[in-house]
Amino acid sequence: MDTTRRGFLAVAGATMAGDGAHAQDHDHGDHAHQAVPSDPTLRVKALESLLVEKGLVDRAALDLLVDRFEHKVGPRDGARVVARAWVDPAYKKRLLTDAPAAIAELGYTAGQGEHMLVVENSPKVHNLIVCTLCSCYPWAVLGLPPVWYKSTAYRSRAVIDPRGVLREFGTQLDEDVEVRVWDSTAELRYIVLPERPAGTDNLSEAELAELVTRDAMVGVSQVLPLGEKA
Amino acid sequence: MNGVHDLGGLQDMGPVQHEKDEPVFHAAWEGRVYGIDRSLRFIGKWNLDAWRHQIELLPPADYFGMTYYERWLRVDEQLVVKHGLATPKELETAMPDPGSVKATPALTAAVAAQRLGRGIPSSHDPKVLPQFRVGQRVRARNMNPTGHTRLPRYARGKKGTITLDHGVYLFPDTNAHFQGEKRQHVYSVRFTARELWGMNASVRDSVHLDMWDDYLEHA
Repeated sequence: MDTTRRGFLAVAGATMAGDGAHAQDHDHGDHAHQAVPSDPTLRVKALESLLVEKGLVDRAALDLLVDRFEHKVGPRDGARVVARAWVDPAYKKRLLTDAPAAIAELGYTAGQGEHMLVVENSPKVHNLIVCTLCSCYPWAVLGLPPVWYKSTAYRSRAVIDPRGVLREFGTQLDEDVEVRVWDSTAELRYIVLPERPAGTDNLSEAELAELVTRDAMVGVSQVLPLGEKA
Repeated sequence: MNGVHDLGGLQDMGPVQHEKDEPVFHAAWEGRVYGIDRSLRFIGKWNLDAWRHQIELLPPADYFGMTYYERWLRVDEQLVVKHGLATPKELETAMPDPGSVKATPALTAAVAAQRLGRGIPSSHDPKVLPQFRVGQRVRARNMNPTGHTRLPRYARGKKGTITLDHGVYLFPDTNAHFQGEKRQHVYSVRFTARELWGMNASVRDSVHLDMWDDYLEHA
């Protein structure tokens, strides 16, 4: 049995391509082939296989973690929190003073161990969240961050040119609006409470939640009234 | 460490690329890396600060050349070796060495679900006294440690105002190197955009950073 890494990777690749012909392609050497998984795919498979064999990692736990973030935790959770704050002033007050507890009230317990702070937009203040050093993000209510949030472009420019970044997202602010950037340098996680758009008085809490986007809760955009698309 | 991860204030990184209807993971392997990474961290051989520092230690060209989860993968491969969970040969062959001791039971799905809700240790320990108070003027220290730090270069030497006391947290500069938790207060410090970036910045705008006691001095 070939016990080299290359051997493992070739076998893993063939298995994943699901077809013996691709295994032969591997033997032929280095030319790229569409059906051959990329290097990370093989390395991850190797790492997972080793860690499971050694009893360090449990496949069911991996499945759960992936499923949790792919399908369960996400911006819909944050949107429900925002909508509740819009319709319930007492809730909003609790949210702004003790965010983890207020978020847990809605059943989002993933955030209970997180230190979260909700920062409120107003006609005169616009908040923007960034992590210049890595990728800190309020995952407990927004899920995992999008690629742009983790990009060098966003991380570098959000603090020095927030208005320029906002314009790229289609967000034009008047000069007299104060932009407050929150650089998540410690273990505090920030969420923006966007302004409730005009003309939404008749909407239910659930309908309001539908309007709230991930980008608005990071602060790169605003919540648009019903029917307006960014 | 004055590394390339400390990006705040660079201007040559191009426009922000926004992907419409972006998937959580762009390939199945990214999800697996995420799960592996979280599971490994639950084992407790390294802490979040040490993990972050390992990413910062990637050679600059690799750091910029890799995608986000490629960095995670490389760092997890490095950390399992560094902390004795696997040997380089095991990584190479993807098979346990003969006689390799199996770990204590791996993190199960049930425990993983439970631990996800557990955050970063912090406390409101009244014995740890704050060195500063809300409203005070402070200056971020001009320091250039060669290890891990969460004090970005763009704020060093700048003056700001403490707006909130967040309570007591572990000090990343020591915790990342397993040199103790050195619990201390963390504050939200408001810096005006003009203090950070000069007179061309908006007179209204500001940047808030979270800072530990040891990052600050009286201004």
